[in-house]
Amino acid sequence: MMSDDPFPASKGPQRGQILFALAFAGFAIFILSNLGNQTTWAPRTKLFAQPGFWPGVAGAGMVLFGLMHLRSLRRGKGLRRPWIRREDRTEARIWLQPLEYTAWFMIYVLAVPRVGYLPATMVFAPALTWRLGYRSPRLLWASVAFAVAVVLIFKGFLGVKIPGGAVYEVLPDGLHAFALRYL
Amino acid sequence: MDLIFAGLEVLYRWDVALALLVGSIGGVMIGAVPGVGPAVAIAILLPATFSMDPIVGLTLLLGIYGSSMYGGAIPAILINTPGTAVNALTTYDGYPMTLRGEGRKAISIAYTASFIGAIISIICLISLAPVLAKVAPMFGAREIFLAALLGLVLVVVSHRGQSAIAAALACLGIFIGTIGLEPVKYTKRYTFDQSWLASGVDLIVVVLGLYAISQAFTLMQGDDVKTKRVPLGGGMFQGLREVARHPRVTGVSSGFGVMMGIIPGVGEFTSQFLAYTYAQKTSKRPDDFGHGSVEGLIASESANNSVPAAAMVPLLALGIPGEELTAMMLAVFYVHNVVPGPGLFQNQMDFVMAIYLALLFLNILVMVFLLFSTNALMMVARLPNRFLGVGILTLSFVGIYSLRNSATDCLMAAAFGLFGFILKRLSLPIVPIIMGIVLGGIMEAKLRIAMARVKTPFDFIDRPIAMALFIFIILIIAFQIRGAVIQARRRKEAQWSTRPASRRFGMLLSHRKDFLLTERGKRLRAERSMLSRPSTDKD
Repeated sequence: MMSDDPFPASKGPQRGQILFALAFAGFAIFILSNLGNQTTWAPRTKLFAQPGFWPGVAGAGMVLFGLMHLRSLRRGKGLRRPWIRREDRTEARIWLQPLEYTAWFMIYVLAVPRVGYLPATMVFAPALTWRLGYRSPRLLWASVAFAVAVVLIFKGFLGVKIPGGAVYEVLPDGLHAFALRYL
Repeated sequence: MDLIFAGLEVLYRWDVALALLVGSIGGVMIGAVPGVGPAVAIAILLPATFSMDPIVGLTLLLGIYGSSMYGGAIPAILINTPGTAVNALTTYDGYPMTLRGEGRKAISIAYTASFIGAIISIICLISLAPVLAKVAPMFGAREIFLAALLGLVLVVVSHRGQSAIAAALACLGIFIGTIGLEPVKYTKRYTFDQSWLASGVDLIVVVLGLYAISQAFTLMQGDDVKTKRVPLGGGMFQGLREVARHPRVTGVSSGFGVMMGIIPGVGEFTSQFLAYTYAQKTSKRPDDFGHGSVEGLIASESANNSVPAAAMVPLLALGIPGEELTAMMLAVFYVHNVVPGPGLFQNQMDFVMAIYLALLFLNILVMVFLLFSTNALMMVARLPNRFLGVGILTLSFVGIYSLRNSATDCLMAAAFGLFGFILKRLSLPIVPIIMGIVLGGIMEAKLRIAMARVKTPFDFIDRPIAMALFIFIILIIAFQIRGAVIQARRRKEAQWSTRPASRRFGMLLSHRKDFLLTERGKRLRAERSMLSRPSTDKD
């Protein structure tokens, strides 16, 4: 529901914040500690023009502000409370849920150069729609129509660079050229 | 006047007209769908515009940018769900009006206020163009460096209550921008000997991951929102009359939008905040704000819609994007070897004017389109959330894969999508990362050039604009630190005055024991006082 204050000063839920802040601070320290290994020191070059200068500034900033954020969270929660609580762990499990959709997406990405953009999209969109729990034929057909429209607009009309599928090689000559160009 | 005609000549092409039409109508439709937003749409369309002429590609993206806020007002007013993030404030006064049976009137007010805000902004910029053309060449490497730094500082401090993490994420953006081959010495930075990291992390991959894929994950992971149908009341042309009754609020709010749009890193939210606060403080009926105030609705809509045109100023004049959408547009400029900055204002003023005129035409197109299509747009706004997620994920593939036909890019975008999903779950800002990548690159290049001519630290700020920018940055940081100190002091005082009761079992038992003992003590004292004789001594 609406609150009376349209500009609230504090934002965001508390669950998972500490976990994110800890992970961010850890990553920042890892980045900064690798500055010597991952950048080179150029001789006879000013500090500002050194290849490692900006990664160093960024890394130091990440560590400094990341730790400041962590400290502010601990203060807000009360220092005696445990670092990671049950709701933080529940939140972390929710963070992992989109991994399934990432897998769907990557399978689609890998399928396109093999089976072709149009067939892969025509399978991907309705299959994912089905997976999300939609069973109405109207929505499933809408997903197929959407897939066809996306391919025709982007590849056929706007001419974006998406390679033809390996299976298009088996098509007869005229159709093969058409499929490579538009599908 | 000659400049305007020169601008019109640039626009006088069928493909520009088509881009204007598709961009403006598409932008309204995208804005009307809660959960998509212009950032996602621009990110997806960005690679498709690379094959177009710069003016065609930019007109298309400008159309989406400039018109999405019009569309975003529809679900904000009718179903209490902002179509784009900047329409959130519209719900405060728009939805109560709908509940009162004045939905159509509220929409009409929003359209008219948005239109007038946008037109005022464009007129200001067309009038300012000759001045900007004179000022822009005064910006050398050090001024551009300081302006970029100012933009980054403003992005950070504009996230009230989240400044530390916003700064950390901006630094993360700067770091991401440095990965790969360094452009001057050609040495590797943070590639960890992985060949796929040698060419760096493409801005579009990050943008599509953080905005589009993360949004798809968020929508697919959530539930479909059921919206209540409320009968619309009022007329579509009532808005004109209402806005005409409040010229002061409309004018001042648009002025805030123009000013905040020109300053890099500030944008719609700050302009809305200032406009809404001003309107409330000067209103004869301040209590109506948040409960269906016409003035509140006018303030929020005219302030947010006057920003897009103004936000083009730092981008075109200095090559510094003020927020994530103009940062994406910068990519279109770079792809076509059109370098925004002082040179553009000096040498291609007709191009700059064409962009302003395109913005003007798109606002007129959108206004005409909206007056007759609001009911149809409501159907778009009611698309199921998770189905939309499937659509966004399918479209994201086009944007990423068409860059280099690389599955690695898609994997990286998916990883950024996951990161963006976490940031959205925690309500942490994404904008600082994008701004860090874009402005970090500009700052690195400009600092290197500037420092080559600097002997002592004071040389860096010995020119008037550089000095003014430097003082401005120092003042902002000083105010931010002062605000943080005051906030910490208040928090400490609040902790001391209202110490919260512990929820630990042992502490609860201890409190209970104290309470019982106190009660027993009171009872015993009362009994004893009854037994003891009252004193007859007089003081």
